[in-house]
Amino acid sequence: MAAAAAPPPAEAADRRNHGLRIFLLWLPLAVAADLVIYLVWGPHLPPGTMSSSAASQQFDIKVMAVLAAPVMLFVLVYFGYALAVWRQQEGDEEDGPALHGNARIQATWITVTSAIVLSLFVFGTVELIKPNGAGAGEGPSPIWKPGSTPLQVQVIAQQWKFTYRYPQFGGFETTALVLPKGQWVQFNVTSLDVIHSFWAYQLGVKADANPGVNNVAYTKPLQTGQITVRCAELCGLWHGAMYNYGHVVSPAQFQSWAQSTEVQLASVTKILPPYATTYDPTVIPTINKAMAKAGITGANGYYYPPQDPVQP
Amino acid sequence: MAIETHPEQAQGAGGGLPAARPPRPWWQRPAFHTAVAGAVVGYLVGHWLGNFLAANYQQLPLSDQNDMPIVLGYLLAVVGWLIGLGVFSDLARQMIGRPVADPHHNETGGLARYFRYSLDHKVVGIQYLVGMIIYFCTAGLFAIAIRTELLSPSYHVFSSSAYVEIVGEHGTMMMMLMTSVILGPFGNFLVPLMIGSKRVAFPRIEALSFWLTPCAFLILLSGLMLGGYPFGWTGYPPLSIQATYGADAYAIAFGVMGISIILAGFNIIVTVICYRAPGMRWSRVPTFVWSMLATSFMMVLAGPVLVGGMYMLITDRTVQTAFFADQLGGSSYLYQNLFWFFGHPEVYILALPGFGVVSEIIPVFCRKPLFGYKVAAAGMIGVTLLSFFVWQHHLFDSGINPDMRPLFMLTTELISIPTGFIYLVAMGTFWKAKIRLTVPMLFALGLYFNFLIGGISGVFLSDVPADTTEHGSFFVMAHFHYTIMGGLIFAFMAAVYYWLPKMMGIKLNQTLGKIHFWTMFIFFNSTFLPLFAVGMDGQPRRVFEYARNLETLNDWVSISSFCLGVSILIFVINFVYSTVIARVREEGNPWQSRGLEWQVSSPPPEGNFEHVPVVLSGPYEYGVKGAPPVADLNPPAGVLSAAFAGAPSQPAEA
Repeated sequence: MAAAAAPPPAEAADRRNHGLRIFLLWLPLAVAADLVIYLVWGPHLPPGTMSSSAASQQFDIKVMAVLAAPVMLFVLVYFGYALAVWRQQEGDEEDGPALHGNARIQATWITVTSAIVLSLFVFGTVELIKPNGAGAGEGPSPIWKPGSTPLQVQVIAQQWKFTYRYPQFGGFETTALVLPKGQWVQFNVTSLDVIHSFWAYQLGVKADANPGVNNVAYTKPLQTGQITVRCAELCGLWHGAMYNYGHVVSPAQFQSWAQSTEVQLASVTKILPPYATTYDPTVIPTINKAMAKAGITGANGYYYPPQDPVQP
Repeated sequence: MAIETHPEQAQGAGGGLPAARPPRPWWQRPAFHTAVAGAVVGYLVGHWLGNFLAANYQQLPLSDQNDMPIVLGYLLAVVGWLIGLGVFSDLARQMIGRPVADPHHNETGGLARYFRYSLDHKVVGIQYLVGMIIYFCTAGLFAIAIRTELLSPSYHVFSSSAYVEIVGEHGTMMMMLMTSVILGPFGNFLVPLMIGSKRVAFPRIEALSFWLTPCAFLILLSGLMLGGYPFGWTGYPPLSIQATYGADAYAIAFGVMGISIILAGFNIIVTVICYRAPGMRWSRVPTFVWSMLATSFMMVLAGPVLVGGMYMLITDRTVQTAFFADQLGGSSYLYQNLFWFFGHPEVYILALPGFGVVSEIIPVFCRKPLFGYKVAAAGMIGVTLLSFFVWQHHLFDSGINPDMRPLFMLTTELISIPTGFIYLVAMGTFWKAKIRLTVPMLFALGLYFNFLIGGISGVFLSDVPADTTEHGSFFVMAHFHYTIMGGLIFAFMAAVYYWLPKMMGIKLNQTLGKIHFWTMFIFFNSTFLPLFAVGMDGQPRRVFEYARNLETLNDWVSISSFCLGVSILIFVINFVYSTVIARVREEGNPWQSRGLEWQVSSPPPEGNFEHVPVVLSGPYEYGVKGAPPVADLNPPAGVLSAAFAGAPSQPAEA
């Protein structure tokens, strides 16, 4: 951006002055803003560093903020300077200088913006592929996968609940999302009725839950702690109330939790439909019967009338 | 160039005979009241027909719901509305071999003509202006209701069903009707004046495009009486197929508005291409006209996709066509693709007119030529082309085509290059300018400030990893309010303050205008800037319950939004006070503009120009020594015919 502020060749005497002044106003502001963003604000930027995908998103947001701040400051400083210096004087009805354009400035501008945009594209693509899809839903046949065998967690969304199945532990179904630290997790996200979106905020994972589609997303939890799961796609009346919580725990705690829950829920797992990546909506009534037995209710795949469920 | 040098004579021949009869009393002539009557009759006929044809149809198995009567009722209500307005009268006359009526027989002058199907583009412009202000304020009231609900994370003002209805109505009404907020009033009114034409190409199509907007508005509002619809403005199936009758109002209103923007776009395209005055070369066309042309191309190309999508949604809801039903071989992804193939060009339909308005205004108040005129035009063309290649960035998390994500990330980031041209043009124009801080100029500056934030936050959204956190959150919501409300609506306000003296011959009160600007600018930013943080902190869109730690920020935003509402109220008061009560006449050229539209009296006379003007130079030649006047309004007799006489061998430019 600095080049765009450089003086045009014609009428150099007066103009070089302005260009240099704008540049000198802008440079310390830009440097200061970038240092503050990268060093002070950066480590606290959302969504945090609780998982590999969250950390890569935080890094992306940080880098883009570092790029964006000088550009924004340049435009703001320029307009501020223009408004302070180039105002119409009292009683001056003359027109300004007849500048129709400047080929060098225009070419510089186009080159600089194109360079910024193309480098952002390269950066974004690397940052998408390197952390295995960066936590975004990759559809039924993901192309960016982790090397090791991940823990399988199925996310089943329905109006207006998330439930989770663990196929490697007998396929039990629970309302609690529990994940081990330090192991790749594969979320298989699907829906029983309308489109929802599984957003595990602290993990930096977001994948739309489509009926009949298995939407896969990967992440690797790096710290223990609580996770908030919210629905990020308007799914009807109680979309705003569709959230629950999960935990990242140590691998040993996870093993003991998973094994004890598998035994505890064995009787319910038996009447559930067998684990599958998607569920045919025609079997949903069966699922719902099992759910009701486990104390979970859904919308049977159809839309609730406005008065149902009854207002709290 | 198809210039009709004497259009009034061509029309006069057929119109002489019927005009000789004494005019019928006002209540027998087609106008707003007959249109309402037609719509009521049409609805009743359609409702009966739906029950008659498809009494046992079910919208969904086991749903016990039949949408056929509602859908046919709405469709025939639209037809009845148009018949009542007299849209088809001339067509009917020609079909039975009678001469068409004089196109001016309806135009009695005075206020009544604004309630009629008028073929005068200046009347249509004013109709659009008032209409758009009404639509904007109605949809704005829904926004105030949303913010009232979000004052508390857990205490509810509305029920959850009322809340989703309000969210849907606000979003849909703004997104569908505001497509025409600048093209409708200012495009229709000013484009012929700016290119030196006495008329638009298709006055009937232009008038029809306006009269479909009240239809779309009223049908959408009537959805509230049918229980509303719970799927926001995007209407993704299966939710939109399962929803109750209110969803029919959504689909039909959106479809009708889609037809309206296609018609409006065609008229502008043909007018700009074919009706430019002699000497109005492409290198002299004002940037506002360029933006209208680019917007019109997007409307004409994107609108049919919307109409098609809504049509499929309606047939899915009524006759079980299963375009979008996954278990029957359809795909809800098809709808998402169709919707955003329209939806993303649409956001540029909303952005480009704003760029056109500010690029038109800043040279006047900088007293300098527009810097890089060709870059400005190229930027608009570039945005138009690229806008059709970015739509899947709305579907980064949806699970389709993960391998296409880098491509859509690239196209989305590329579009910031032509958008950046608008800033290059503005900054070059401000260089060593003599800035006059009038009210329109303040709003133009407001656009540059707001769109900077809106545009840069858009780059964050284009990056797939960062978008994983931002998608579907309040961050997106803040982003597009910065581009649309902060861009388009600020430009709309700039245009109202700048061109109302031209359109009505009345100047708005400038003191109230300055109060309006500063309150709107401050409270707009105070409302939407914190929402970036709210979204980044994990609040999804369209929720009515949120995390308790975000209550302070949400309350700040809600209170700011109420103040923003007061600011819009100041505008409405100023508009009504200045145009109805004070009526300060402003007939000349109050801004000392070189624009061709300012060279005729205000409001412009019947037929715009006495003679077809001959354009002598560009509209932005401020400070150019010895620049000729922008146009010769009284070209010597025979100059036009001389130009056309040599047409086969010479270019048709005077």
